Amino acid sequence: MNNGQIILEIKNLHAGIEGKKILKGLNLTIKAGEVHAIMGPNGSGKSTLSAVLAGKSEYEVIEGEVIYMGKNLLEMAPEERAKEGVFLAFQYPVEIAGVNCAYFLKSALNEVRKYRGLSELDAIEFLNLAKEKMKLLELPEDFLKRSVNEGFSGGEKKKNEIFQMIILEPTLAILDETDSGLDIDALRIVSEGINQMRKPDKAQLVITHYQRLLNYIVPDFVHVLANGQIIKSGGKELALELEEHGYDWLTNGKG
Amino acid sequence: MSDKNDIIESLVKKEYKYGFYTDVETETVPPGLNEDIIRLISHKKQEPEWLLEWRLKAYHQWITMKIPTWAKVKYQPIDFQSIVYYAAPKTRKAGPKSLEEVDPKLLETYEKLGIPLKEQERLAGVAVDAVFDSVSVATTFKEKLAEKGIIFCAFSEAVREYPELVKKYLGSVVPYTDNFYAALNTAVFSDGSFCYIPKGVRCPMELSTYFRINASSTGQFERTLIIADEGAYVSYLEGCTAPMRDENQLHAAVVELVALENAEIKYSTVQNWYPGDELGRGGIYNFVTKRGICKGKNSKISWTQVETGSAITWKYPSVILQGDNSIGEFYSVAVTNNYQQADTGTKMIHIGKNTRSTIVSKGISAGHGQNSYRGLVKVAKSAINARNFSQCDSLLIGNKCGAHTFPYIEVRTPTANVEHEATTSKIGEDQIFYCNQRGVSTQDAINMIVNGFCKEVFRELPMEFAVEAQKLLGVSLEGSVG
Repeated sequence: MNNGQIILEIKNLHAGIEGKKILKGLNLTIKAGEVHAIMGPNGSGKSTLSAVLAGKSEYEVIEGEVIYMGKNLLEMAPEERAKEGVFLAFQYPVEIAGVNCAYFLKSALNEVRKYRGLSELDAIEFLNLAKEKMKLLELPEDFLKRSVNEGFSGGEKKKNEIFQMIILEPTLAILDETDSGLDIDALRIVSEGINQMRKPDKAQLVITHYQRLLNYIVPDFVHVLANGQIIKSGGKELALELEEHGYDWLTNGKG
Repeated sequence: MSDKNDIIESLVKKEYKYGFYTDVETETVPPGLNEDIIRLISHKKQEPEWLLEWRLKAYHQWITMKIPTWAKVKYQPIDFQSIVYYAAPKTRKAGPKSLEEVDPKLLETYEKLGIPLKEQERLAGVAVDAVFDSVSVATTFKEKLAEKGIIFCAFSEAVREYPELVKKYLGSVVPYTDNFYAALNTAVFSDGSFCYIPKGVRCPMELSTYFRINASSTGQFERTLIIADEGAYVSYLEGCTAPMRDENQLHAAVVELVALENAEIKYSTVQNWYPGDELGRGGIYNFVTKRGICKGKNSKISWTQVETGSAITWKYPSVILQGDNSIGEFYSVAVTNNYQQADTGTKMIHIGKNTRSTIVSKGISAGHGQNSYRGLVKVAKSAINARNFSQCDSLLIGNKCGAHTFPYIEVRTPTANVEHEATTSKIGEDQIFYCNQRGVSTQDAINMIVNGFCKEVFRELPMEFAVEAQKLLGVSLEGSVG
């Protein structure tokens, strides 16, 4: 895959939940090697966008299309999307009692590897890989033995998301409010992890409410989402302008 | 897109793999129960007079007893006069015989069930007693065990060959007066396994009995008796399956364990009787009395059960902790899917000093399944410094099933320490979606979560069976989320 190839193309996307329309004609194109940030006020549709892209079934697509690597993303089951290389770092990762992180992630990795025609990793190969990547995120040694997200602090949950991303090596990573609930040290570590995955053949979609994260993850493009549509796009400086003037600056012309 | 609730509701639909029927000529007695039938069964088995008398006493007790109704299960009344109380493959002559003489159809049946009886194909390190309807058809590795003085044979053979041992212990843990089904079993029991481990012997292999109900309209009433003499050790496993039929069939077994001083018995069950179809038609009524006694000091009895089959399960494997410092354990996974009902648990009766018991119960309910844990921890005045720890966890899949917990605790000494913990959780849509988003299918996600939930129990099973149990659990819950 070359730099510049289209990874994701969202065309006129209308979607909602429980009969309520939230996205109202969203357009976005992401190419290989790019990092896009989507910013927007609460209720603008940021989380709906990530849920629709990941295939959460409560969300309904009313109109429009989403093409991922030349394929119709909306027709794929959530696990198929994952295996095709779409990864969502959840805003609120769920706890799974009794299933330890190593077992969980090894199962996920092997599903993805099988799908890509690669051999499955055995326990030792997996542990070697996992331990190497854990250092990067400063995860404690007993981390792999703990149940997935159970009793994790907010920071540990987010680190676990990024840890999984690094292991699974997705083509498109969607990071949903990854900065929320992180202190400054955790934010730095998590951002370094994300930046490590910035590669010419991959793309990232960073969804955030605050500019803060974008000091660490410097986007190529910034889009402002409001009322279900992208109302303004620009370079990384747009985030700073937003920080200065607030969303009202764009949504009702005040400021 | 499909509604997420549908996803969770439809998780449990795989065909019962063991539902086939073996066409063998069967010798049966007429349906119904009366003194003549009991005499006929006893006669067919060429039993001594004392055993027939014991059966008849039990029968007379039984007719005065009422069906227990305290369990949280619902079913149509059973017509005990329409049940056939004895069925045996016709080719079998009286007495045990070598494998060469066993009807090839029967060998084939067990092979299909994954229990090859031919010596060279057998699971290494596991001796098997195969019980088909009312009789034991083959017992493997008998000679090898005999070298160490271990007796492992069909119950009817034990009655003939070792009458003193049988007489001494039979009914000593579960008397026929104990309950309705124990009395019924005593009156009509057909076959089962007998096992005796002599003093100081550590049984070198797993002993196992594989129960198969084949004939229709019959009940299976097996009797198992295991005695571990002083300092002996044995690990025993039972497995069970039955053909798929629309009518319900009764299985009322009695299992008695006796552990003498310093002895240990580990008893594991993987129960996979036909559970009925997805609408709740057919299936086995599994009404079983299992009890062990830690008779001697420092003895230990451990029950591990994985209950995935049967339309109704009613069983409470228990331990009487009589010897000082004795230990009782109960590890259970019970799954109810579709319209299955389970009311299961244990009784730990502390009598000796410093006795300890552990109860770990994991109930999984899916579909319209109803799962109850019912347990009693009783600490007598004499049980100074007794300790118990109980943990009862319930996992719900979908929103039409139920989980219930009925713990009873009776403590008569202030020196006892009794702890009880309970949790209820539900496999949520968001957990499944999280797994899906990482590339794990819904079915695998459920298996992963369920196995994680059960692992404390699975690790108590002998290794080969732990793998089997995990797979079985996967199959039992297949389709419960679609």
